[in-house]
Amino acid sequence: MELNSKVPSGPIEKKWEKHRFDMKLVNPSNKRKYKVIVVGTGLAGGAAAASLGQLGYEVEAFCYQDSARRAHSIAAQGGINAAKNYQNDGDSVFRLFYDTVKGGDFRSREANVYRLAEVSNAIIDQCVALGVPFAREYSGYLANRSFGGAQVSRTFYARGQTGQQLLLGAYAALSREVALGSVKMFPRHEMLELVVIDGHAKGIVVRDMITGKISSHVGDTVILATGGYGNVFYLSTNAKGCNATAIWRAHRKGAFFANPCYTQIHPTCIPVAGEHQSKLTLMSESLRNDGRVWVPKKAGDQRKPWEIPEDERDYYLERKYPSYGNLAPRDISSRAAKQVCDEGRGVGPGGRGVYLDFSESIGRLGKGVIEARYGNLFEMYERITGEDPWKWPMRIYPAMHYTMGGLWVDYNLMSNLDGLHVLGEANFSDHGANRLGASALMQGLADGYFVIPYTIADYLTKVKPGSRPGVDHPAFKEAEREVEGRTKKLLSIGGTKTVDEFHKELGQVMWEYVGMGRNEAGLKTALQKIPQIRERFWKEVRVPGAGADLNQELEKAGRVADFLELGELLAYDALMRDESCGAHFREEHQTPDGEALRNDEKYAYVAAWEYKGEGKSPELHKEPLEFENVHLAQRSYK
Amino acid sequence: MKLTLKIWRQESPTDRGRLVSYDMPDAAEDMSFLELLDILNQRLIKKGERPVAFDHDCREGICGSCGFMISGVAHGPQKLTTTCQLFMRQFKDGDTIVAEPFRSRAFPVIKDLVVDRSALDKIVQAGGFISARTGSGPDGNAIPISKKNADLSMDAAACIGCGACVAACPNGSAMLFTAAKISHLGLLPQGQPERKQRALRMVTKMQELGFGACSNHGECEAVCPKGISIDFIARLNRDYMVASALETMEPVKKV
Repeated sequence: MELNSKVPSGPIEKKWEKHRFDMKLVNPSNKRKYKVIVVGTGLAGGAAAASLGQLGYEVEAFCYQDSARRAHSIAAQGGINAAKNYQNDGDSVFRLFYDTVKGGDFRSREANVYRLAEVSNAIIDQCVALGVPFAREYSGYLANRSFGGAQVSRTFYARGQTGQQLLLGAYAALSREVALGSVKMFPRHEMLELVVIDGHAKGIVVRDMITGKISSHVGDTVILATGGYGNVFYLSTNAKGCNATAIWRAHRKGAFFANPCYTQIHPTCIPVAGEHQSKLTLMSESLRNDGRVWVPKKAGDQRKPWEIPEDERDYYLERKYPSYGNLAPRDISSRAAKQVCDEGRGVGPGGRGVYLDFSESIGRLGKGVIEARYGNLFEMYERITGEDPWKWPMRIYPAMHYTMGGLWVDYNLMSNLDGLHVLGEANFSDHGANRLGASALMQGLADGYFVIPYTIADYLTKVKPGSRPGVDHPAFKEAEREVEGRTKKLLSIGGTKTVDEFHKELGQVMWEYVGMGRNEAGLKTALQKIPQIRERFWKEVRVPGAGADLNQELEKAGRVADFLELGELLAYDALMRDESCGAHFREEHQTPDGEALRNDEKYAYVAAWEYKGEGKSPELHKEPLEFENVHLAQRSYK
Repeated sequence: MKLTLKIWRQESPTDRGRLVSYDMPDAAEDMSFLELLDILNQRLIKKGERPVAFDHDCREGICGSCGFMISGVAHGPQKLTTTCQLFMRQFKDGDTIVAEPFRSRAFPVIKDLVVDRSALDKIVQAGGFISARTGSGPDGNAIPISKKNADLSMDAAACIGCGACVAACPNGSAMLFTAAKISHLGLLPQGQPERKQRALRMVTKMQELGFGACSNHGECEAVCPKGISIDFIARLNRDYMVASALETMEPVKKV
């Protein structure tokens, strides 16, 4: 199948403007005749549902949490990028575009990234209008901080809770639409199937998580904004409930899954404490503005950090990347941490940790300044580790954090399945092989506030108003039967192992063979092990209780069953992409000093996988990537 | 460390419910309270018993999903801490810990430790927003906001909507929650045009939903994991009084 990215013609800085004019509009009186289904209410889904409700569409929004305000966007700490150039330090839309394409190691679609940079400023304006209490300077104007992968200061923030404040802004806008009746909100509802009729996405099947009731919801179009699949690694910085079921079900129904192997490991997380660890906690990358990363020069050095003199410390990021130093991009910083730990120079229990040391900044700026900037993060660290970071340097280690891959979408954010739109982390489009810090919030809100309201109208002009089927359409009935059958099956296995045991087993395989460093032999091992775990899962899992009420084990079981399929595709994509790029590091392909070595001749494409059925190999479709505005070059942060 | 957990078990909203004791011989200091419950649940599933239902998601203290009464205190003994961020080092070997759901008329129990807090969403829907249509805002720097007010607004905006304030209040009042939202928006210039209606709508809705009145106990502030100050309740009262004197409540309208 030909993948048509539908990127408009013309120079890059005019594409979006031209496209907005070329797209058709829906007559205001016709808007209310269209129903839009939105799954997920994080930054992308929440912003989309609110904006579409304002425009007059009938919107139904779904989330698995008990309130739309709890989506995991809320946990983003550091900030949101925009090309405002309020700092007068040389920023511009083009520079934000350039940094993002380069940061993504030349594996993203230029036109999408340019549009992202272009609408970034409007996002800040919109958030301010909604009452987001961004940090301010004494002048009353907006403050900025620096972030990894950029040499300008373009990140807007609300203390260490930027994601929370942006989400509460979108949630407030959404709440207003709920009050007005233009959006109907379904919390504690989980999407378990996508319904496709004659090639068009026409609705979803959901489970009411309190009553267990399975029901269908019909729409003229469906938007998935359900986040990433990081929990395939079991331990990640994602919320426990984050899952890939919505996008995986859509993939099984024909939506292509693009670049699943692009998974980001965040360099600054609190290290694993023990067997009981249920999730990993991120310490904002903004800490790297004032914290210096180091390990002892000597392997196995057991001295306390303050007993190690300066000349026996290795500030390895500053040493290897003098111009970016501690602000080197995430993929590079993570691998560098793994490398020093592999050399036996890691610190803390198990030797899987490096120091993030603020003593120099505290000496230079005073404790008060550091406390104002990162106070809540210091508290969080102490609460979790029981160590006082004002005395001991923090210990950090990389952890699974974000997935750049996701369902394939065109320039209009529509998947290859007609009528299925995918926003935010759930799609693949803007971050290439590595996302820069403070860009996820930007992308989620760009998609939700400023892209989908335009592109969905163009799509809906091709749908006859009032033509959508009813819930009694056979396709919905069949999808409901499938969901019910699957639920029954999970409940009836009655094995001896818990869902968590399988999830942990999968996570260990993913982390060991498909984690920060990947190689052919390891990936082949993973591809052998994952199907075996999956097979045992369907024979040996025990899901207690029944389907007709709140059953958290049943919810987990369905999600893990899907992760057991997705994990295999992820490993397969990693094996087939025989190059290193961004966060995808194939050990066979590195420069003499250990950096990712791309192979542009063979791999400058998006790998979009088509599901071919259980037990069958997926089929690869390629979208070639062309770089007309940013020259393909070896990334350098030295 | 060895601990005994006494957990509220309730099959359904109509079940009477009871406390059930569980011995936890293998607790460790660097385990979170929820991780201890994870271990208990794994054990219960293996024994063929029903695991304990509890709400949780981010497990880093920001989503507001988790929360129950731990030995009588919402979110447990550690100040400024959500249940998910409460680590077992806060307890001593041999302790007995009682876990019960948040109790309030407006928060009916769904199962075990899970309660229905959708009433808080309804308070926000009543008026906890600025009606700024997507795309309508001026340049972010066109609205200068003093650092002091922006910081104070952020202090209030830090509320995670967990409902601990309601559970801790002897009157089951949602005043701290509501005051936090009213103060967050009321301290900003963008929030001024709707300030009076916001106060009228949110307070009225709060009363309708079965939350009690505030009688200045201060328990809400004491348990708030984000340290929201009861000073914000004074702001709410002021806004509500001024609004009641000057305006009558109008429904939320599209245009």
